[in-house]
Amino acid sequence: MYVALRDLAHARGRFVLMSVVIVLITFLVTFLASLTAGLTRESTSAVTDLPSDRIAFSMPGADDAPEFTASRVTADQWEGWARVPGVESADPLGVATTRAESAGTTASVTALGVADGSDLVPWSTGDVAPGTVVLTPGAAGALDAQNGDTVALGGGELVVAGIADADESFSHTPVVWTTLDDWQTIGARGADASDAPVATVVALTTTGADGAILADADAELGTTTVTRSDARSAVSSFAGENTSLTTMQAFLLVISALVVGAFFTVWTISRSGDVAVLKALGASTGYLLRDALGQAAVLLVGGVAVGTALTVAGASLLPAAVPVVVTAATTLVPAVGLVLLGLVGAGVSVARITRIDPHAALAAR
Amino acid sequence: MDLHLQDVTLVYPDGGTTLTAVDDVDLTVPAGTTTALLGPSGAGKSSLLAVAAGLTRPSHGTVTIGPDVVFTPTTTLAQATRVRLERIGLVFQSPQLLGSLTALEQLELHAHLRGRRPSSLRPRAMELLDAVGVADHAGKRPAQLSGGQRQRVAIARALVGRPEVLLVDEPTSALDHERGTRVVELITGLARETGAATVIVSHDASTLTTVDATVRMLDARIEPAAHLATS
Repeated sequence: MYVALRDLAHARGRFVLMSVVIVLITFLVTFLASLTAGLTRESTSAVTDLPSDRIAFSMPGADDAPEFTASRVTADQWEGWARVPGVESADPLGVATTRAESAGTTASVTALGVADGSDLVPWSTGDVAPGTVVLTPGAAGALDAQNGDTVALGGGELVVAGIADADESFSHTPVVWTTLDDWQTIGARGADASDAPVATVVALTTTGADGAILADADAELGTTTVTRSDARSAVSSFAGENTSLTTMQAFLLVISALVVGAFFTVWTISRSGDVAVLKALGASTGYLLRDALGQAAVLLVGGVAVGTALTVAGASLLPAAVPVVVTAATTLVPAVGLVLLGLVGAGVSVARITRIDPHAALAAR
Repeated sequence: MDLHLQDVTLVYPDGGTTLTAVDDVDLTVPAGTTTALLGPSGAGKSSLLAVAAGLTRPSHGTVTIGPDVVFTPTTTLAQATRVRLERIGLVFQSPQLLGSLTALEQLELHAHLRGRRPSSLRPRAMELLDAVGVADHAGKRPAQLSGGQRQRVAIARALVGRPEVLLVDEPTSALDHERGTRVVELITGLARETGAATVIVSHDASTLTTVDATVRMLDARIEPAAHLATS
């Protein structure tokens, strides 16, 4: 990198300009990845934080894809799941987005109804009792409610029993936890018959059951079971949102490779005279390629590092209302992807070095 | 080591036909001497120099340095590059210095190309810059040097690797007569000191008063009337 490093210092303006472009693209990609993770969490954390590994849906049509808004499970179904060999627990879970009203304000929340003694509620103080509601911190903030306050939920009035240990949300609304009986008044699904809907889904812990057993149980009980991670797609807002944002990230990654490739194409063409001279002086093609790729690597690593740091710093300054989640997966992974794709772009561009004829050095410049 | 070109022919494709740029040329340049290659434009001087430098493969014939055959019609690009790096110094028609490197770094680059620490060549590089009269400008980049200073740095660069052969293409084309003569004097003097077999391609015989031999090319061949100049 003898010549490459000196070129970086000498042609400072050009390289600074290119670095700024890389910094901005990196900021966009990592910020978008963090925003995607944040929106995903706002949309699905009530599902992904469940202490279960699978979710059983009961859809109106046998071929319907699982959806929380359309699924209805009966008492027969969840009790049937509880009897499947290898299933450690089967908890009915009601899911209904509704309007909540406290003394001072109203807010949209998602009410999750659970059976007595269920472990699904992230509340270490106790179980949810009839006539009470456990608010997540987000719901408590949105409703400006505290322990002992009364909250109107779907027409019924519930007393706030406590604030949950974890903040969870569903389809961008904060979660509140009620008993299944109270939830049924909100979800309008209550009925006495064993084949009438009692909840939305069944949350399963299936560590002892293999796939064949689960498939047989699905066929017998008329349900569709998916993993907790796949259940995110059953949240109506998640799939479209996630696909759109991920597509934008993919486009940005491709654009960054093209931009870096275009820069190094122009740069290589502009220095083809120097390359011919270096070849005439005895520089091997391998030496020149290493030199050029090393230069691209310095530019990329520097620009991507600054861009990633900007995202981390920017995210810490944003108000809590902006749902960004900064983790290694949302910053380092896209950063490494940007460097690798940038190197591919640069590699394709500097490959033209192999075609430069050292004989050209004899021509006067 | 002597430079010897034997039965060298260079034929280029030219549209649907071929063009013979060098036709069956024999030339020997003894170590430590300078041979000037004269002739009108299109005579084949630069083509012969390109073959001698391994920048172009001969269609026929061989180039030897001392006892070693270095370039033949089958020499690969990588082999030719290695020979240029280790055994040949090149001075181009224009200085062709790298814009981002200082005068000293232009010379130290040779060590880096050979896989050594650039600073290992610093004493030799400074000695040569001193010999060509630009040691005071060692820290300057090409844009900060005059045309003559750049040409001198290029000559020092060609000699920094202690080449056995020095090939110089039209070194005086951009200089007036007085400066051109001084540059040729410098090259011939350094050739004698370093023992390099040196070929200078030129179209201006008036600046070549210090060369050891003059060879004239015409229509791709060396004229029979070539003579040894008095030095």
